[in-house]
This record gives sequence, structure tokens and C-alpha cells, in this order.
Amino acid sequence: MRLLDQALVRRAAPVRSLLVLDAILGAASAGLVLVQAVLIARIVALGFSGASLDDVAFDLVLLALAFAGRSVLTWGFEVAGRRAASTVLSELRLELVERRLRSQPLATDGAETGEIAATAVQGVEGLEAYFARYLPQVVLAVIVPVAVLGLVVAIDPISAALMLITLPLVPVFMWLIGRYTEERTRERWLALRLLSTHFLDVVRGLPTLRAFNRGRQQAAALDEIGERYRRTTIGTLRVAFLSGAVLELAATLGVALVAVTAGVRLVEGGLGFQAGLTVLVLAPELYLPMRQLAAQFHASADGVAVAERMLELVDEELPSRPEPNLIAPSAMSATVRFEAVSFAYPSRPGLVLDGLDLELYPDETVALVGPSGSGKTTVGSLLLRFIDPVGGRISVGGLDLADCRADFWREQIAWVPQRPTIFRGTIADNIRLGDRGATERSVRDAAVLAGADRFVQALPLGYETLVGDGGRPLSAGESRRIALARAFVRDAPLVILDEPTADLDRTSAAVVAESVERLRAGRMVLLIAHRPELVEHADRIVILADGKGRAAITDEVL
Amino acid sequence: MTATIRRLMLITDVRRTRLALAALLGVLTILFGVGLMATAGFLISRAAEHPAVLSLSAAIVGVRFFGLARPLARYLERLASHDVALRSLGRARAQVYEAVEPLAPVQLEDTRRGDLLSRFVGDVDSLQNLYLRGLEPPLVALIAGAASVALAAIFLPAAGVVLAAGLFLGGIVVPLAAASVSRRTSVRYAEARGALTSELVETLAGSAELAAFGLERDRLRTMRRADSTLVRISRRAAFADGLGDALRLLVTGVTVVVVLAVSVQAHAEGRLDRVLIALLGLLALAAFEAVQPLSEAVRELQATLAAGRRILDLTDRVPRIVDPVEPLAAPQSPVTIELEDVRARYGPGERPALDGFSLRLDPGRRVVLLGPSGAGKTTVVKLLLRFLDPERGRVTFDGQDLRCYRQEDVRSMIAVAGQDAHLFSASIRDNLKLARPEANDEELARALGAARILSWVQSLPDGLDTLVGEEGRELSGGQRQRIVLARALLTDAPVLVLDEPTAHLDPPTAKKLVADVFSAARGRTILLITHRPEGVDLADEVVVLRERA
Repeated sequence: MRLLDQALVRRAAPVRSLLVLDAILGAASAGLVLVQAVLIARIVALGFSGASLDDVAFDLVLLALAFAGRSVLTWGFEVAGRRAASTVLSELRLELVERRLRSQPLATDGAETGEIAATAVQGVEGLEAYFARYLPQVVLAVIVPVAVLGLVVAIDPISAALMLITLPLVPVFMWLIGRYTEERTRERWLALRLLSTHFLDVVRGLPTLRAFNRGRQQAAALDEIGERYRRTTIGTLRVAFLSGAVLELAATLGVALVAVTAGVRLVEGGLGFQAGLTVLVLAPELYLPMRQLAAQFHASADGVAVAERMLELVDEELPSRPEPNLIAPSAMSATVRFEAVSFAYPSRPGLVLDGLDLELYPDETVALVGPSGSGKTTVGSLLLRFIDPVGGRISVGGLDLADCRADFWREQIAWVPQRPTIFRGTIADNIRLGDRGATERSVRDAAVLAGADRFVQALPLGYETLVGDGGRPLSAGESRRIALARAFVRDAPLVILDEPTADLDRTSAAVVAESVERLRAGRMVLLIAHRPELVEHADRIVILADGKGRAAITDEVL
Repeated sequence: MTATIRRLMLITDVRRTRLALAALLGVLTILFGVGLMATAGFLISRAAEHPAVLSLSAAIVGVRFFGLARPLARYLERLASHDVALRSLGRARAQVYEAVEPLAPVQLEDTRRGDLLSRFVGDVDSLQNLYLRGLEPPLVALIAGAASVALAAIFLPAAGVVLAAGLFLGGIVVPLAAASVSRRTSVRYAEARGALTSELVETLAGSAELAAFGLERDRLRTMRRADSTLVRISRRAAFADGLGDALRLLVTGVTVVVVLAVSVQAHAEGRLDRVLIALLGLLALAAFEAVQPLSEAVRELQATLAAGRRILDLTDRVPRIVDPVEPLAAPQSPVTIELEDVRARYGPGERPALDGFSLRLDPGRRVVLLGPSGAGKTTVVKLLLRFLDPERGRVTFDGQDLRCYRQEDVRSMIAVAGQDAHLFSASIRDNLKLARPEANDEELARALGAARILSWVQSLPDGLDTLVGEEGRELSGGQRQRIVLARALLTDAPVLVLDEPTAHLDPPTAKKLVADVFSAARGRTILLITHRPEGVDLADEVVVLRERA
């Protein structure tokens, strides 16, 4: 993290007005700091020369008011900073989601999704300290020292010169932070996360450890790893904390220097008492905002490190293509052709598909079989236009699919993925994803056809049962049936079924197979499978191997 | 609350001398700061009386000393307190682990769901803040505050009283009041954040389906709504959080004003040397540094205590499976294992996971246990490993109840290759050696060969040292299963239990795998648990477990 990270500061653009407000509040606060110093010095000086309480009463009231004013300004400062932060964070979150939804959703590997979700949440939270505290503090760290120095110059130029001598220590500290601490903080954070993941790994693997009688030894290992980590970390901290110490030294030495010099000059009559006191009270205020800046910097550095991955995602250039405007013909009557289609994932070497030819005719079920990793799911993603071929083309009724509008095309497709997502909401809501306007009746009918009705009816709340995060957990077979019901309710001419019976026991698999049989009637179906049970429902079988397809007969697969 | 703190201190287990040292350095940091301002104020006041410069030398030395000593004290304090935090983190992990280890897996079942396990790990991590951010600041504030008050009282008792009252208000009343104001919003904030988080995770995880169904816009709209709720609440929270700092500043100001007032008054009445007015005023101003971190400390303490309570809930569980007081000698191989009319359930009030089930495993026999998911197949494994005791019937080794043996002796008789077997984020070698730490590379190769994955491992650039990634994510489902299998084959256990070893494999591969295992395990007893047909033809006996209504 740099002192002012361009990418981060740019993010704060929408809340510029709040940052300006922060600056105004900060400036007002700085003004009151000056007033306070002058008043304290004046009261002490009056008391020194024997004034009574009545003589200073007015100044005391003013001093109290100055503090009260600063107190309100501090409050406003905090509120404005947090308000700015919450706006920035909210925009970041939404932008990230929007990009994921709008860009090709499956262009990355499925496994990454969870990681991205985690970075999105933690990463965004990690930035709060940066926007709420650090950025506003930058403003203060500039305004306050300038104001203080300005007043000191007016009162006593010699003290101002002394303060200016100590100030170069500050850039030294900045340099220390920028060069050294940064990397170390990052390393430390990574090591800490590694330790935390290791602990999670051990706790997750507890049943396995115990089954092999290796459970007890781990405590000692954890202890040892922790101790080793502590020793290396303390080593880095010894150096890392130096930057803070240097700044603190600049502050205290500055105060001491000003005090001693002012004292000697007072004796010699070169300086007035009240002026000396004012300068003394002001001296710590010169350094305080910078010390706080350092503290905020450290507090937000960890968060910024967490956010890095997320910012990469948000700042990633999306391939910009003009939105095609053709409308694909209906899959009810048009043939879908994969013509020498090749595809490669950017994250993986080699081609997944390498010159695949495949035809899907209306009202025909094609089973696509092949070993795991042969690219079956990729064919589905291409058909859904989550990804586009890197070579060859996919045509619908002779029209290149890449020239057709994706949203209209997808309206013709019902997709049952391998691991369907169950969204938070009722079962009925989840089925309605297939068709938002579906009536209660058609939701039920779809569930019956998908073989889901029986288990749903057995639930106390039936279709109103809450599922998804925090709701009733669904088994793999139940989720699959809900996803099938989505496909039924969607009533689309093209259906893509991705391993609908994988990991199901025989009874559930049989129920799903039956409903697949019902679903395929009158539709174009791409059935992705590596298990034979379903293949008998297909009109035609294509074996996918080495990135190419070849026709096969049922017996060969079974 | 103090009881919880005390128990958490035991878990983090840091020596008192270290705590005392860190606190002492913290106190010195504050007091040197107070000393610097007070002496400087005195120095300037005394100088204004135009004495000989020499007579100021004591004050000058004092100012310089405090100016140098304070950064040093602060530096050492930060090192000492971070050292304490790191120590407590290491200890906490080890101690919590020791407490939950005997509970796994059955009594920890409820924590394995969803994110609870990572929350648990996060909770343990947060214990490092207990001392650093939660306990040290109040302790330091108390001692440094008391010392400042005492110092002020020496010069002018009334000033001491005023400062004491101010520090009490600013250090105790204000932080507690601010905490109670912000508690309600912070609870609601946490709820709103949780809701948005799950929405976010769900949207990202299901982004492909949302796109396929054309629901991106809808989804963005609901996200925007959840987000604006969170933003609204966080603004309210900022309002409450800022209150603490604002009030503390106000109290500081009022205290300084009153201290100045009583000092001026005392001097006017001849009770106070005039050079002490500045000293007292500046001392009061500097003393408030002690209470500055307390609002934050209250918040931190609340969060850490909540995490700590969740941890204590787990560590307080009494292990249900314990070794007998006088265990039998370890069972000898070969062994006959029997489940006799067993009923088992995971918790009181829950449905029995298995009821009236019997099974006999004679030495060298190959038994296939067939049944749909949910019929209790995995419960059989847990009973065999004594992760669970039957509530009726018994499990025996050569006619002796399992409960008469030491748990480790029971488990060393059985090697499990289960569908939920864990691969640790380490090398293939480390994962295999878990089964037999003393195994050499030749033995590892033999086990990998028997699991039919040796040539693949050898083809990897790093061979046995290849890292498998978190939960074996770098491997395919089939590769994972084979490594798990090799690990089980590496043990000397006379009984091999295979729990759905072919779950993620295509049929030809699955068939080959099962055949391989049966031939590799020659001589050992095999229990193959599956819902699929592979292996049935190779078995001596097939037992069917029916789904209970």
C-alpha cells in the first residue's frame, strides 16, 4: 500500500463532496486547536501574574466553548468519514457483482467462484478503515501542521524554526514506511493467513486424524508452529515498529527542544511568558495528526492487502464487444450446429475442445458422454453463450450464435446444472426462477413432473418452506429435482441437462430419470452424462474424447 | 463476564510476568508523556521568573529525559504487547484443539455445517486481541490515571479531585455509555451485513444460473436493496460510534478548564506557587491520553468475549467416548468384528440413524454393504471406529465389547478410505505418511501402486512432493479417492473399510478401482460400503441396508 494509492483514491471520487466536508471540518477543528492554545496560555499567564478567578472567568468559558466546538466537529468528522466509506464500499460491492453477472459468468473455473465471493465480502470490509479513517486523516495531517506552524511563526519565529528542524524527520519516517514496512506487513499478513488456514485444515481433518490415531500429536505441532511464527514475526516487528518510534521521537524531541530553548530565552528576556506557553501547548499538536495518520495507515494496511484481489477483479478490463443485435431463430424448428468448435480456458493450458462438430435437431435428445474432464460441461456453457468459441462457430438455423443477442437466446433454454444453486427463499420462489410469472398451479405441476412434489408436500410448510442459506438444507437429489422443476416451469424448447443423476442413490436417480423422460418430449435436449443409466433415454449418443465428438451406439457406452 | 475473561486467560495461557511487563511499559509511556508536558510547563513558568539559567538545569534535564524516554517506552511496549498477543494466539490454538479433539467427529457435527467451522477458527484467532486490545488499555488507563491524579494531588489536592472525576467520566462513564448506545445498532449492523453477505455469496455462486434464466437485473435490484439497508444502518452506527470520542473530548476540555480555575483560585488565595499553574493545566491535558483507547477497548472486548463464549461452549462439551479405566490388552490380528442388533443415534431426541442392525466380519472376508443414502451406512463406519457408541446392542472384537479397549487400539485395527476422508493441504507424501509416519518411499510406492495411481504420481514433476491443495482441490475426484485409498492400504490394519470409494468416478474407472483394491487387500477383511453395483460380484457376502420409513 502506498501513502495515497491512485486506484483507491479514484474509488473515492463519488464522495468527493464528503471529503471536502471533511476538509472543512478539519480546518475548523485546526482553528479551534489554535484558539485553545492561545486561551490556555492566556489563562495561565493571567493567573501567574496574580489574577483572581473572576478575572479569568470569561477566558475559561471561551476555552470550554472551544473544546465543546471541537467535540462537535470531531463527531461530524467521524460521521462524514464513515458515511463516505459506506458509500464507496457499497458501490464497490455492487460493481463487483454487476461485473460478475454481466461478464461471461463461466469464463473462469467454477472453483474460483467461492474464492471470489469470499474476497468480495472480506475485501470490501477491509477497505472501510482506509476510506473512513485514513483518507480523512490525510486531510488533517496536511491542514493542522500548516495552521500550527503559521501561528507559531507569528508568535515566535525562532520556535517555528526549531519545529521546522524536527519536521524533516517526518519524511524519513514516510520513507521507512513506504519502503520497508509495506512489504513486511504484507508478508506478515500472508503468514498469518497461512497459519489460520492451516489450523482450519487441521480442524477440518480431525475425523481423519483420529481414525489414523494421529489426533493427539497435532496439539504439540500447533504449539510449535505458533512459536516459530511468533519468533519470526517479532523479528520483523522490531524493525517495523521503528518507523512509529522515529515519528514519536520527532514529536517528543520537538516539544523538548521548543520548551528548553523557550525557557532559556525567557530567562534572558528574549521571549514573553504567554508567547512561550502558547508555543509549548501548540508543539504536540504539530505532530499529533501525523502520528495518527501513521496509526491509521497501519490499521488499514491489512485491509487493503485483503482487498487487492478484489480490486483486481473490479479493475480488470472486460473484453468489450458491440452487443450483437440479431435474434436467434426458435429452437423449436431450427437446427443447432457446432462447426469445428474449439475452446480453451484462459486459466488452463491446452484446448478443451478441439474442432468439435455436433448437431442438435429439434425434438431430439442427444446424450454427450465422455470421461470427466473431456469438456462436456464446456459444450453446455458454449450453448448457453456463457463463453464463445475461440475457433469455429456455433450456428442456429444458419445464423452464427455469436451474432445473436444472448438474453433472447437464453430465453429459449432451460438449464439444469450439475450442482444447482438453491437461492434463499421458499421452494416455490426457487422453482419460479424458471418463470417469474408462474402461477401457484403451474409451480405445483412442474414439481409433480420433476418428481419433487412428494418430498415438498411432506414438509410442514410445503412449497412455502424456506430453503437456501439459513433455511432447510436440501439433499443433492432434492436440489436436482427443484432444478428440474425450474426447467419444467420454464417450458423452453431447448433443455441442457448436466449430469442430472450424478451422486444420487438409485431411488433418487430413478425418480430423476423418469422426469427426464417426461421433459424431453417435444424438446431439443442436450443430455450430459458420464453414467450409463440415462443414456437409454437418448435418441443419439455422442462420445466426447480428445476435444472432438464422435457418434456412438448405445451398446458401446453400456 | 469476569469468569469468562478468566477462563479465556487460561486458554491463552500467557505468563503473568509478561503481561505485567507489557502493562508497565504502557503505563510508563503515558506517564512519560504527562511528565514531558508538566515539566515543560514548569520550566517555562520558572524561567519567566528570570532566575539564573543554572537553576533551571534540573527541569531541562527532566524535559530531555522524558522526551527521549517516551518513544523508547512506547516502542518496547508495542513489542511486548504484540509478543503477548502472538504467544496467546499459539497457545489458544493448541489448547482449544486439545479440548475439541476428543469430540470429533460426532460431537462436533453441528460445527461442520457451512461456515461454522471457519467462524470457529476466526473466533480462536480473535483471542489474540483479548489482551492486546481488550485488557491492556483499561489496566494501563487505571494505573497511569491514578498516578497522574496522585501527582496532581501532591501539588493541589483540589486539582487531583477534579482530574480524578474527569478521568472517571471520560474513561469509564463515556465508553460504557457509548457502548450501550452503539450496541443496538451494532447488532442490527451485524444482521444486515450477514444478510448481504449471504446474498452476495449466493449471487456470485449462482451467477451462471441467474444469467441463464435472464434474472441478472432482478438480482441486482434486490442486492441494491440489501446494500442500501446496510449503508443506512452503518451510518447510524457511525453516529453512535462518534459519540464516544466527541464526549471524551468534551470531558477533557471541561476538566482542563476546571483544573485551571481551581489552580488560579488557589494561587490567588496563596495556597499554590504560581509556577505550578501551567504544570497542573498541562498535566491534566496530557493525562487524558490514558483513557483515549477505552471506547475502542470496550467494543473490542465485547467482540472478543462473544467469540470466546462460542469457543467455551465447544470446549465445555464432555467427550462421550472415553477410554475405560482398565482397558483390555490391544486386540490381536486377525480379528472377528461383530455388530449385534445395534441401535445408534447422534443425539438424544434424534431419530435413530441405525436400528436393529447386525453384521459379522470374519477375518479375510469381503463384505459389501449396500443401501441408499440416509440408510445409516456411514453410521456403521462410525460405530466400527468407536466415534459413536450404540445405545442398544454392542460392537465386538472377538466377542469383547469395543468399549473395553483403548480407543487407539480399536482404531489401529481398522483402516478407512471414506468418501469424506480429508486430504490435508500438504504434499502427497505427507498425506500418505499420516497412516504410517515411518513408511519409506518404497512402501509408499507400493501402496500407490495398489491404488493404481503410482504412475500418475511418478509422472508429476514433483512426484511425491506435489502439493494437493486445500482439501485436495488440485486433484480430480478420482485422484483424490485413489490417494485416500493408498493411505488406507499403507496401514497394517487387518480390516479395510471402504466408504463409497467410487462416488465420483465413471463406471469403467470405478469397476477397475474396486477390483484393484480387492486384489491389493489380499488377506485383509474388507467392508465395502456403496450404493452402486461395482464390487458386488467380487464379494463373499452382500448385506443390504434398507431405508427406514
